[in-house]
Amino acid sequence: MIEISGLHKALGGHKVLNGVYLKIEKGKTCVIIGRSGCGKSVLLKHIVGILKPDKGKVVVDGQEVGALNEKELDALRLKMGLVFQGGALFDSMTVGENVGFGLIEYNHLPHRKLLERIEESLALVGLHGIANLMPSELSGGMRKRVALARAICIKPQIILYDEPTTGVDPITADSINELIKSLHDKLKVTSIVVTHDMKSAYKVADKISMLYHGKIIAEGNSEEIQNTKNPIVHQFINGLAVGPITETLERFK
Amino acid sequence: MLTRFFILVGSRLISFMYFLGGLGTLAFQTIYLTFTPPFKKDRVFEQAKKAGYDSLPIVALVSLFIGFIFALQTAYFMQRIGSEIYIASMVALSIVRELGPVITALIVAGRVGAAITAELGSMQVTEQIDALETLAANPVKYLVVPRFLALSVMLPLLTLYSDAIGILGGYIICVFRLGISSSMYIKVTTEALFYKDLFTGLFKTIFFGMIIALVSCYEGFNVQGGAEGVGQATTRSVVVTFIMIIIADCFFTAMFYFIFP
Ligand SMILES: Nc1ncnc2c1ncn2[C@@H]1O[C@H](COP(=O)(O)OP(=O)(O)O)[C@@H](O)[C@H]1O
Ligand SMILES: [Mg+2]
Repeated sequence: MIEISGLHKALGGHKVLNGVYLKIEKGKTCVIIGRSGCGKSVLLKHIVGILKPDKGKVVVDGQEVGALNEKELDALRLKMGLVFQGGALFDSMTVGENVGFGLIEYNHLPHRKLLERIEESLALVGLHGIANLMPSELSGGMRKRVALARAICIKPQIILYDEPTTGVDPITADSINELIKSLHDKLKVTSIVVTHDMKSAYKVADKISMLYHGKIIAEGNSEEIQNTKNPIVHQFINGLAVGPITETLERFK
Repeated sequence: MLTRFFILVGSRLISFMYFLGGLGTLAFQTIYLTFTPPFKKDRVFEQAKKAGYDSLPIVALVSLFIGFIFALQTAYFMQRIGSEIYIASMVALSIVRELGPVITALIVAGRVGAAITAELGSMQVTEQIDALETLAANPVKYLVVPRFLALSVMLPLLTLYSDAIGILGGYIICVFRLGISSSMYIKVTTEALFYKDLFTGLFKTIFFGMIIALVSCYEGFNVQGGAEGVGQATTRSVVVTFIMIIIADCFFTAMFYFIFP
Protein backbone atom coordinates (compact mmCIF):
# COMPACT_ATOMS: atom_id res chain seq x y z
CA MET A 1 0.00 0.00 0.00
CA ILE A 2 1.19 3.49 -0.80
CA GLU A 3 0.01 6.46 1.19
CA ILE A 4 1.04 10.01 0.40
CA SER A 5 -0.02 12.71 2.79
CA GLY A 6 0.44 16.46 2.63
CA LEU A 7 3.34 16.25 0.21
CA HIS A 8 4.94 19.61 -0.58
CA LYS A 9 7.91 20.17 -2.87
CA ALA A 10 9.43 23.26 -4.41
CA LEU A 11 11.93 22.93 -7.26
CA GLY A 12 13.84 25.77 -8.85
CA GLY A 13 12.02 28.30 -6.66
CA HIS A 14 8.63 27.17 -7.86
CA LYS A 15 6.09 25.16 -5.86
CA VAL A 16 5.55 21.96 -7.80
CA LEU A 17 3.64 19.88 -5.26
CA ASN A 18 1.43 21.71 -2.86
CA GLY A 19 -0.17 19.25 -0.47
CA VAL A 20 -0.77 15.99 -2.31
CA TYR A 21 -2.91 13.34 -0.58
CA LEU A 22 -3.17 9.99 -2.31
CA LYS A 23 -3.78 6.44 -1.16
CA ILE A 24 -3.31 3.33 -3.28
CA GLU A 25 -4.47 0.00 -1.93
CA LYS A 26 -2.35 -3.11 -2.35
CA GLY A 27 -2.85 -4.73 -5.74
CA LYS A 28 -4.71 -1.80 -7.24
CA THR A 29 -3.82 0.32 -10.24
CA CYS A 30 -4.02 4.06 -9.81
CA VAL A 31 -3.74 6.32 -12.83
CA ILE A 32 -2.53 9.87 -12.31
CA ILE A 33 -3.51 12.31 -15.00
CA GLY A 34 -2.53 15.94 -15.40
CA ARG A 35 -1.01 18.35 -17.87
CA SER A 36 2.66 18.25 -18.82
CA GLY A 37 4.78 19.97 -16.22
CA CYS A 38 2.25 19.66 -13.42
CA GLY A 39 4.58 17.52 -11.31
CA LYS A 40 3.62 13.93 -12.09
CA SER A 41 7.20 12.74 -12.56
CA VAL A 42 8.23 14.65 -9.45
CA LEU A 43 5.54 12.81 -7.50
CA LEU A 44 6.81 9.41 -8.66
CA LYS A 45 10.37 10.33 -7.71
CA HIS A 46 9.19 10.97 -4.16
CA ILE A 47 7.72 7.48 -3.94
CA VAL A 48 11.06 5.85 -4.79
CA GLY A 49 12.92 8.32 -2.59
CA ILE A 50 15.04 10.02 -5.26
CA LEU A 51 13.54 13.32 -4.16
CA LYS A 52 12.91 14.19 -0.52
CA PRO A 53 9.71 15.99 0.51
CA ASP A 54 9.92 19.57 1.81
CA LYS A 55 6.89 18.76 3.93
CA GLY A 56 4.59 15.78 4.30
CA LYS A 57 5.42 12.12 3.87
CA VAL A 58 5.24 9.09 1.63
CA VAL A 59 4.56 5.75 3.31
CA VAL A 60 5.12 2.53 1.36
CA ASP A 61 4.13 -0.74 3.02
CA GLY A 62 4.19 0.93 6.42
CA GLN A 63 7.65 2.46 5.96
CA GLU A 64 8.13 6.20 5.63
CA VAL A 65 10.36 6.58 2.56
CA GLY A 66 12.01 9.84 3.62
CA ALA A 67 12.97 8.48 7.05
CA LEU A 68 14.71 5.26 5.99
CA ASN A 69 18.45 4.77 6.16
CA GLU A 70 20.29 3.83 3.02
CA LYS A 71 20.12 0.08 3.55
CA GLU A 72 16.39 0.05 4.29
CA LEU A 73 15.76 2.34 1.35
CA ASP A 74 17.66 0.01 -0.99
CA ALA A 75 15.68 -2.96 0.29
CA LEU A 76 12.45 -1.07 -0.36
CA ARG A 77 13.63 0.00 -3.81
CA LEU A 78 14.18 -3.60 -4.81
CA LYS A 79 10.47 -4.16 -4.23
CA MET A 80 9.63 -1.29 -6.59
CA GLY A 81 10.22 -0.69 -10.26
CA LEU A 82 10.13 2.76 -11.82
CA VAL A 83 9.79 3.05 -15.57
CA PHE A 84 11.28 6.42 -16.43
CA GLN A 85 9.56 8.71 -18.88
CA GLY A 86 12.57 8.83 -21.20
CA GLY A 87 13.62 5.24 -20.52
CA ALA A 88 16.84 6.22 -18.72
CA LEU A 89 18.58 3.16 -20.14
CA PHE A 90 22.28 2.89 -19.30
CA ASP A 91 23.82 3.63 -22.65
CA SER A 92 27.18 2.08 -21.84
CA MET A 93 25.53 -1.33 -21.42
CA THR A 94 23.75 -3.71 -23.75
CA VAL A 95 19.99 -4.16 -23.62
CA GLY A 96 20.47 -7.44 -21.77
CA GLU A 97 22.74 -5.90 -19.15
CA ASN A 98 20.24 -3.09 -18.71
CA VAL A 99 17.32 -5.43 -18.20
CA GLY A 100 19.26 -7.70 -15.86
CA PHE A 101 20.94 -4.88 -13.96
CA GLY A 102 19.07 -5.42 -10.69
CA LEU A 103 19.65 -9.17 -10.81
CA ILE A 104 23.32 -8.91 -11.74
CA GLU A 105 23.99 -6.52 -8.87
CA TYR A 106 22.01 -8.25 -6.15
CA ASN A 107 20.93 -11.81 -6.78
CA HIS A 108 23.84 -13.94 -7.68
CA LEU A 109 21.91 -16.08 -10.11
CA PRO A 110 23.78 -18.56 -12.26
CA HIS A 111 24.51 -17.18 -15.71
CA ARG A 112 22.04 -19.39 -17.58
CA LYS A 113 19.24 -18.53 -15.16
CA LEU A 114 20.05 -14.86 -15.55
CA LEU A 115 19.82 -15.00 -19.34
CA GLU A 116 16.50 -16.79 -19.03
CA ARG A 117 15.10 -14.10 -16.77
CA ILE A 118 16.28 -11.38 -19.16
CA GLU A 119 14.75 -13.10 -22.20
CA GLU A 120 11.55 -13.70 -20.26
CA SER A 121 11.25 -10.04 -19.27
CA LEU A 122 11.95 -8.89 -22.80
CA ALA A 123 9.40 -11.35 -24.17
CA LEU A 124 6.77 -9.96 -21.78
CA VAL A 125 7.11 -6.57 -23.45
CA GLY A 126 7.10 -8.16 -26.89
CA LEU A 127 10.78 -7.96 -27.74
CA HIS A 128 12.94 -10.86 -28.91
CA GLY A 129 16.59 -11.35 -29.74
CA ILE A 130 17.76 -7.83 -28.98
CA ALA A 131 19.64 -8.54 -25.74
CA ASN A 132 22.99 -7.88 -27.41
CA LEU A 133 22.09 -4.56 -29.00
CA MET A 134 23.08 -1.25 -27.46
CA PRO A 135 20.31 1.17 -26.41
CA SER A 136 21.43 3.66 -29.06
CA GLU A 137 20.47 1.12 -31.73
CA LEU A 138 16.83 1.04 -30.62
CA SER A 139 13.83 3.11 -31.68
CA GLY A 140 12.04 5.30 -29.14
CA GLY A 141 9.22 2.84 -28.63
CA MET A 142 11.63 -0.06 -28.17
CA ARG A 143 13.63 1.88 -25.57
CA LYS A 144 10.45 2.45 -23.67
CA ARG A 145 9.67 -1.23 -23.68
CA VAL A 146 13.19 -2.15 -22.64
CA ALA A 147 12.83 0.25 -19.72
CA LEU A 148 9.62 -1.55 -18.84
CA ALA A 149 11.39 -4.90 -19.05
CA ARG A 150 14.13 -3.61 -16.75
CA ALA A 151 11.56 -2.59 -14.16
CA ILE A 152 9.69 -5.91 -14.21
CA CYS A 153 12.82 -8.07 -14.32
CA ILE A 154 13.35 -7.82 -10.56
CA LYS A 155 9.72 -8.95 -10.05
CA PRO A 156 8.69 -5.94 -7.98
CA GLN A 157 5.49 -5.75 -5.97
CA ILE A 158 5.00 -2.13 -6.93
CA ILE A 159 5.51 -0.71 -10.41
CA LEU A 160 5.46 2.98 -11.22
CA TYR A 161 5.00 3.81 -14.89
CA ASP A 162 5.86 7.30 -16.11
CA GLU A 163 3.93 7.84 -19.33
CA PRO A 164 4.41 4.28 -20.62
CA THR A 165 2.36 4.81 -23.76
CA THR A 166 3.55 8.28 -24.78
CA GLY A 167 5.48 8.18 -28.03
CA VAL A 168 4.77 4.56 -28.96
CA ASP A 169 2.52 3.41 -31.79
CA PRO A 170 -1.13 2.61 -30.95
CA ILE A 171 -0.66 -1.14 -31.22
CA THR A 172 2.34 -1.18 -28.89
CA ALA A 173 0.46 1.18 -26.59
CA ASP A 174 -2.37 -1.28 -26.34
CA SER A 175 -0.02 -4.18 -25.67
CA ILE A 176 1.56 -2.15 -22.87
CA ASN A 177 -1.92 -1.57 -21.45
CA GLU A 178 -2.54 -5.30 -21.63
CA LEU A 179 0.75 -5.95 -19.84
CA ILE A 180 -0.13 -3.52 -17.05
CA LYS A 181 -3.49 -5.21 -16.69
CA SER A 182 -2.08 -8.71 -16.65
CA LEU A 183 0.56 -7.82 -14.05
CA HIS A 184 -2.30 -6.45 -12.00
CA ASP A 185 -4.59 -9.44 -12.51
CA LYS A 186 -2.09 -12.28 -12.29
CA LEU A 187 0.67 -11.05 -10.01
CA LYS A 188 -1.37 -8.59 -7.92
CA VAL A 189 1.18 -5.87 -8.53
CA THR A 190 0.37 -2.44 -7.10
CA SER A 191 0.75 0.11 -9.88
CA ILE A 192 0.79 3.81 -10.42
CA VAL A 193 0.48 4.85 -14.03
CA VAL A 194 1.19 8.45 -14.95
CA THR A 195 -0.31 9.30 -18.29
CA HIS A 196 -2.31 11.77 -20.30
CA ASP A 197 -3.46 9.10 -22.70
CA MET A 198 -7.08 8.86 -21.55
CA LYS A 199 -7.80 5.70 -23.54
CA SER A 200 -5.05 3.93 -21.65
CA ALA A 201 -6.20 5.45 -18.37
CA TYR A 202 -9.75 4.12 -18.71
CA LYS A 203 -8.44 0.73 -19.69
CA VAL A 204 -6.07 0.04 -16.81
CA ALA A 205 -7.34 2.11 -13.91
CA ASP A 206 -8.99 0.98 -10.71
CA LYS A 207 -8.84 4.61 -9.75
CA ILE A 208 -8.02 7.80 -11.63
CA SER A 209 -6.66 10.84 -9.81
CA MET A 210 -6.10 14.21 -11.37
CA LEU A 211 -3.14 16.33 -10.34
CA TYR A 212 -3.65 20.05 -10.87
CA HIS A 213 -1.71 22.97 -9.41
CA GLY A 214 0.16 20.68 -7.05
CA LYS A 215 -2.91 19.00 -5.56
CA ILE A 216 -5.13 16.03 -6.31
CA ILE A 217 -8.35 17.74 -7.35
CA ALA A 218 -10.47 14.74 -8.32
CA GLU A 219 -10.56 11.01 -7.77
CA GLY A 220 -12.79 8.24 -8.98
CA ASN A 221 -13.05 5.12 -11.08
CA SER A 222 -13.13 5.40 -14.87
CA GLU A 223 -16.87 5.85 -14.99
CA GLU A 224 -16.98 8.50 -12.31
CA ILE A 225 -14.22 10.45 -14.01
CA GLN A 226 -15.91 10.20 -17.38
CA ASN A 227 -19.14 11.56 -15.94
CA THR A 228 -17.43 14.20 -13.85
CA LYS A 229 -19.12 17.45 -12.87
CA ASN A 230 -15.76 19.10 -12.23
CA PRO A 231 -15.18 21.51 -15.13
CA ILE A 232 -11.38 21.24 -14.86
CA VAL A 233 -11.44 17.45 -15.13
CA HIS A 234 -14.04 17.66 -17.86
CA GLN A 235 -11.85 19.95 -19.94
CA PHE A 236 -8.78 17.75 -19.43
CA ILE A 237 -10.27 14.36 -20.21
CA ASN A 238 -12.03 15.65 -23.28
CA GLY A 239 -9.00 17.58 -24.46
CA LEU A 240 -10.77 20.89 -24.95
CA ALA A 241 -8.79 24.02 -25.74
CA VAL A 242 -11.33 26.25 -24.02
CA GLY A 243 -12.18 25.84 -20.36
CA PRO A 244 -11.18 26.66 -16.80
CA ILE A 245 -7.59 25.29 -17.13
CA THR A 246 -6.72 27.57 -20.02
CA GLU A 247 -8.70 30.47 -18.53
CA THR A 248 -6.47 30.63 -15.46
CA LEU A 249 -3.52 30.62 -17.83
CA GLU A 250 -5.06 33.56 -19.71
CA ARG A 251 -5.50 35.44 -16.46
CA PHE A 252 -1.84 34.99 -15.56
CA LYS A 253 -0.62 36.30 -18.91
CA MET B 1 27.93 50.51 -8.07
CA LEU B 2 29.93 49.53 -5.02
CA THR B 3 27.04 47.52 -3.57
CA ARG B 4 26.70 45.70 -6.88
CA PHE B 5 30.37 44.82 -6.66
CA PHE B 6 29.96 43.46 -3.14
CA ILE B 7 26.88 41.49 -4.12
CA LEU B 8 28.81 39.98 -7.01
CA VAL B 9 31.83 39.11 -4.86
CA GLY B 10 29.55 37.83 -2.11
CA SER B 11 27.56 35.57 -4.40
CA ARG B 12 30.75 34.25 -5.98
CA LEU B 13 32.12 33.54 -2.53
CA ILE B 14 28.96 31.75 -1.47
CA SER B 15 28.88 29.61 -4.59
CA PHE B 16 32.56 28.80 -4.07
CA MET B 17 31.87 27.73 -0.47
CA TYR B 18 28.96 25.70 -1.73
CA PHE B 19 31.23 24.02 -4.27
CA LEU B 20 33.85 23.22 -1.63
CA GLY B 21 31.17 21.82 0.66
CA GLY B 22 29.79 19.62 -2.11
CA LEU B 23 33.23 18.44 -3.15
CA GLY B 24 34.16 17.69 0.46
CA THR B 25 31.00 15.67 0.97
CA LEU B 26 31.64 13.72 -2.21
CA ALA B 27 35.25 13.08 -1.14
CA PHE B 28 34.10 11.83 2.24
CA GLN B 29 31.45 9.52 0.76
CA THR B 30 33.87 8.21 -1.84
CA ILE B 31 36.56 7.35 0.66
CA TYR B 32 34.02 5.74 2.97
CA LEU B 33 32.49 3.68 0.15
CA THR B 34 35.91 2.70 -1.19
CA PHE B 35 36.42 0.67 1.96
CA THR B 36 32.89 -0.76 2.26
CA PRO B 37 32.07 -4.05 0.55
CA PRO B 38 31.06 -5.25 -1.99
CA PHE B 39 34.21 -4.62 -4.00
CA LYS B 40 33.86 -4.86 -7.74
CA LYS B 41 37.28 -5.15 -9.36
CA ASP B 42 36.05 -5.18 -12.96
CA ARG B 43 34.87 -1.61 -13.00
CA VAL B 44 38.15 -0.40 -11.47
CA PHE B 45 40.14 -2.23 -14.16
CA GLU B 46 37.92 -0.85 -16.89
CA GLN B 47 38.51 2.70 -15.64
CA ALA B 48 42.22 2.04 -15.11
CA LYS B 49 42.47 1.01 -18.74
CA LYS B 50 40.62 4.10 -19.93
CA ALA B 51 42.59 6.47 -17.71
CA GLY B 52 45.99 4.81 -17.76
CA TYR B 53 46.62 2.52 -20.68
CA ASP B 54 44.79 4.68 -23.21
CA SER B 55 46.78 7.73 -22.09
CA LEU B 56 50.16 6.13 -22.80
CA PRO B 57 50.67 7.49 -26.35
CA ILE B 58 49.83 11.11 -25.59
CA VAL B 59 51.85 11.12 -22.36
CA ALA B 60 54.81 9.62 -24.24
CA LEU B 61 54.60 12.16 -27.02
CA VAL B 62 54.35 15.20 -24.76
CA SER B 63 57.03 13.94 -22.34
CA LEU B 64 59.49 13.22 -25.13
CA PHE B 65 59.13 16.73 -26.49
CA ILE B 66 59.34 18.27 -23.04
CA GLY B 67 62.60 16.33 -22.63
CA PHE B 68 63.92 17.70 -25.95
CA ILE B 69 62.87 21.25 -25.20
CA PHE B 70 64.12 21.26 -21.66
CA ALA B 71 67.52 19.87 -22.64
CA LEU B 72 67.91 22.50 -25.38
CA GLN B 73 66.82 25.38 -23.15
CA THR B 74 69.18 24.29 -20.38
CA ALA B 75 71.97 23.80 -22.90
CA TYR B 76 71.67 27.44 -23.94
CA PHE B 77 72.65 28.59 -20.45
CA MET B 78 75.00 25.77 -19.51
CA GLN B 79 77.06 26.30 -22.66
CA ARG B 80 77.45 29.98 -21.74
CA ILE B 81 79.01 29.05 -18.41
CA GLY B 82 80.81 26.06 -19.87
CA SER B 83 79.20 23.31 -17.82
CA GLU B 84 77.29 21.24 -20.40
CA ILE B 85 77.67 18.18 -18.25
CA TYR B 86 75.13 19.53 -15.75
CA ILE B 87 72.42 19.55 -18.40
CA ALA B 88 71.80 15.93 -17.49
CA SER B 89 71.26 16.64 -13.80
CA MET B 90 69.06 19.68 -14.51
CA VAL B 91 66.90 17.69 -16.89
CA ALA B 92 66.61 14.74 -14.52
CA LEU B 93 65.76 16.80 -11.45
CA SER B 94 63.29 19.13 -13.13
CA ILE B 95 61.47 16.33 -14.88
CA VAL B 96 61.28 13.95 -11.94
CA ARG B 97 60.43 16.55 -9.31
CA GLU B 98 58.15 18.84 -11.23
CA LEU B 99 57.55 18.61 -14.96
CA GLY B 100 56.67 14.92 -15.14
CA PRO B 101 54.05 15.01 -12.36
CA VAL B 102 52.39 18.26 -13.42
CA ILE B 103 52.39 17.66 -17.16
CA THR B 104 50.99 14.16 -16.69
CA ALA B 105 48.31 15.42 -14.33
CA LEU B 106 47.27 18.17 -16.74
CA ILE B 107 47.14 15.76 -19.67
CA VAL B 108 45.00 13.34 -17.68
CA ALA B 109 42.76 16.16 -16.45
CA GLY B 110 42.14 17.27 -20.01
CA ARG B 111 41.82 13.83 -21.52
CA VAL B 112 40.20 11.74 -18.80
CA GLY B 113 38.63 14.30 -16.43
CA ALA B 114 36.75 16.03 -19.21
CA ALA B 115 35.47 12.69 -20.50
CA ILE B 116 34.27 11.71 -17.02
CA THR B 117 32.34 14.96 -16.60
CA ALA B 118 30.78 14.64 -20.03
CA GLU B 119 29.82 11.00 -19.45
CA LEU B 120 28.37 11.47 -15.97
CA GLY B 121 26.75 14.73 -17.04
CA SER B 122 24.89 13.06 -19.89
CA MET B 123 23.88 10.29 -17.53
CA GLN B 124 22.53 12.94 -15.19
CA VAL B 125 20.46 14.77 -17.80
CA THR B 126 19.02 11.52 -19.18
CA GLU B 127 18.07 10.40 -15.65
CA GLN B 128 20.42 7.40 -15.73
CA ILE B 129 21.81 8.42 -12.36
CA ASP B 130 18.28 8.43 -10.91
CA ALA B 131 17.73 5.05 -12.54
CA LEU B 132 20.82 3.67 -10.78
CA GLU B 133 19.37 4.81 -7.48
CA THR B 134 16.00 3.23 -8.11
CA LEU B 135 17.78 -0.04 -8.87
CA ALA B 136 19.40 0.29 -5.44
CA ALA B 137 22.88 1.00 -6.83
CA ASN B 138 24.56 3.89 -5.05
CA PRO B 139 25.83 6.21 -7.82
CA VAL B 140 28.88 7.20 -5.78
CA LYS B 141 29.81 3.58 -5.18
CA TYR B 142 29.02 2.58 -8.71
CA LEU B 143 30.47 5.50 -10.67
CA VAL B 144 32.83 7.53 -8.51
CA VAL B 145 34.70 4.88 -6.51
CA PRO B 146 36.11 3.01 -9.55
CA ARG B 147 37.26 6.25 -11.17
CA PHE B 148 38.72 7.51 -7.92
CA LEU B 149 40.72 4.33 -7.35
CA ALA B 150 41.79 4.02 -10.97
CA LEU B 151 43.02 7.60 -11.22
CA SER B 152 44.83 7.68 -7.90
CA VAL B 153 46.74 4.53 -8.83
CA MET B 154 47.25 5.22 -12.53
CA LEU B 155 48.50 8.77 -12.20
CA PRO B 156 51.69 7.84 -10.27
CA LEU B 157 52.34 5.03 -12.75
CA LEU B 158 51.83 7.30 -15.73
CA THR B 159 54.11 9.86 -14.10
CA LEU B 160 56.86 7.31 -13.68
CA TYR B 161 56.50 6.47 -17.35
CA SER B 162 56.49 10.15 -18.28
CA ASP B 163 59.67 10.73 -16.21
CA ALA B 164 61.48 7.94 -18.01
CA ILE B 165 60.51 9.20 -21.45
CA GLY B 166 61.32 12.81 -20.57
CA ILE B 167 64.80 11.80 -19.47
CA LEU B 168 65.14 9.79 -22.67
CA GLY B 169 64.30 12.98 -24.58
CA GLY B 170 67.08 14.82 -22.76
CA TYR B 171 69.43 11.93 -23.50
CA ILE B 172 68.67 12.02 -27.21
CA ILE B 173 69.43 15.74 -27.45
CA CYS B 174 72.58 15.57 -25.32
CA VAL B 175 74.09 12.46 -26.83
CA PHE B 176 73.18 12.96 -30.49
CA ARG B 177 73.21 16.74 -30.77
CA LEU B 178 75.46 18.16 -28.06
CA GLY B 179 78.16 15.53 -28.12
CA ILE B 180 77.98 14.39 -24.51
CA SER B 181 78.92 10.73 -24.16
CA SER B 182 76.19 8.26 -23.38
CA SER B 183 77.88 6.76 -20.32
CA MET B 184 78.59 10.23 -18.96
CA TYR B 185 74.94 11.26 -19.34
CA ILE B 186 73.72 8.16 -17.52
CA LYS B 187 76.29 8.55 -14.77
CA VAL B 188 75.41 12.21 -14.09
CA THR B 189 71.69 11.48 -14.18
CA THR B 190 71.88 8.66 -11.65
CA GLU B 191 74.14 10.70 -9.40
CA ALA B 192 71.79 13.65 -9.46
CA LEU B 193 68.65 11.71 -8.60
CA PHE B 194 67.93 10.54 -5.08
CA TYR B 195 65.03 8.32 -4.10
CA LYS B 196 63.67 11.33 -2.27
CA ASP B 197 63.27 13.19 -5.56
CA LEU B 198 61.37 10.35 -7.09
CA PHE B 199 59.21 10.00 -4.00
CA THR B 200 58.27 13.69 -3.75
CA GLY B 201 57.43 13.69 -7.43
CA LEU B 202 55.24 10.61 -7.31
CA PHE B 203 53.61 11.15 -3.92
CA LYS B 204 51.78 14.29 -4.95
CA THR B 205 50.38 12.68 -8.09
CA ILE B 206 48.23 10.38 -5.95
CA PHE B 207 46.47 13.52 -4.78
CA PHE B 208 46.33 14.97 -8.28
CA GLY B 209 44.56 11.78 -9.35
CA MET B 210 42.06 12.13 -6.53
CA ILE B 211 41.44 15.78 -7.42
CA ILE B 212 40.79 14.91 -11.07
CA ALA B 213 38.39 12.10 -10.19
CA LEU B 214 36.45 14.01 -7.54
CA VAL B 215 36.11 17.31 -9.38
CA SER B 216 35.12 15.72 -12.66
CA CYS B 217 32.55 13.42 -11.03
CA TYR B 218 31.17 16.27 -8.92
CA GLU B 219 30.73 18.49 -11.96
CA GLY B 220 29.11 15.63 -13.86
CA PHE B 221 26.61 14.90 -11.11
CA ASN B 222 25.66 18.57 -10.87
CA VAL B 223 24.92 19.21 -14.51
CA GLN B 224 21.74 21.12 -15.09
CA GLY B 225 19.91 21.83 -18.28
CA GLY B 226 20.65 19.42 -21.11
CA ALA B 227 23.46 19.34 -23.63
CA GLU B 228 24.48 22.94 -23.03
CA GLY B 229 24.82 22.22 -19.32
CA VAL B 230 27.04 19.24 -20.07
CA GLY B 231 29.31 21.46 -22.16
CA GLN B 232 29.57 24.11 -19.47
CA ALA B 233 30.22 21.55 -16.75
CA THR B 234 32.99 19.95 -18.81
CA THR B 235 34.75 23.28 -19.30
CA ARG B 236 34.37 24.14 -15.62
CA SER B 237 35.62 20.72 -14.60
CA VAL B 238 38.85 21.10 -16.60
CA VAL B 239 39.46 24.69 -15.44
CA VAL B 240 38.82 23.90 -11.78
CA THR B 241 40.99 20.78 -11.92
CA PHE B 242 43.88 22.74 -13.48
CA ILE B 243 43.68 25.38 -10.78
CA MET B 244 43.42 22.87 -7.96
CA ILE B 245 46.33 20.82 -9.29
CA ILE B 246 48.59 23.87 -9.47
CA ILE B 247 47.60 24.95 -5.96
CA ALA B 248 48.08 21.45 -4.58
CA ASP B 249 51.45 21.24 -6.35
CA CYS B 250 52.57 24.49 -4.76
CA PHE B 251 51.42 23.21 -1.38
CA PHE B 252 53.28 19.90 -1.67
CA THR B 253 56.43 21.52 -3.02
CA ALA B 254 56.47 23.96 -0.12
CA MET B 255 55.74 21.19 2.36
CA PHE B 256 58.61 19.02 1.13
CA TYR B 257 60.92 21.99 0.92
CA PHE B 258 60.33 23.36 4.42
CA ILE B 259 59.32 20.32 6.43
CA PHE B 260 61.30 17.45 4.92
CA PRO B 261 64.27 19.18 3.33
N1 LIG C 1 15.32 19.03 -10.99
C1 LIG C 1 14.47 20.04 -11.19
N2 LIG C 1 14.85 21.31 -10.96
C2 LIG C 1 14.00 22.33 -11.14
N3 LIG C 1 12.74 22.20 -11.56
C3 LIG C 1 12.28 20.97 -11.82
C4 LIG C 1 13.13 19.82 -11.65
N4 LIG C 1 12.41 18.72 -11.98
C5 LIG C 1 11.19 19.17 -12.34
N5 LIG C 1 11.10 20.51 -12.25
C6 LIG C 1 9.92 21.33 -12.54
O1 LIG C 1 8.84 20.75 -11.91
C7 LIG C 1 7.69 20.82 -12.73
C8 LIG C 1 7.07 19.45 -12.88
O2 LIG C 1 7.91 18.62 -13.63
P1 LIG C 1 7.51 17.13 -14.00
O3 LIG C 1 7.18 16.39 -12.77
O4 LIG C 1 8.62 16.58 -14.81
O5 LIG C 1 6.23 17.32 -14.89
P2 LIG C 1 5.33 16.19 -15.56
O6 LIG C 1 4.02 16.29 -14.87
O7 LIG C 1 5.21 16.55 -17.00
O8 LIG C 1 6.01 14.87 -15.36
C9 LIG C 1 8.12 21.43 -14.03
O9 LIG C 1 7.68 22.77 -14.03
C10 LIG C 1 9.61 21.37 -14.01
O10 LIG C 1 10.14 22.51 -14.61
MG1 LIG D 1 6.85 13.69 -16.55
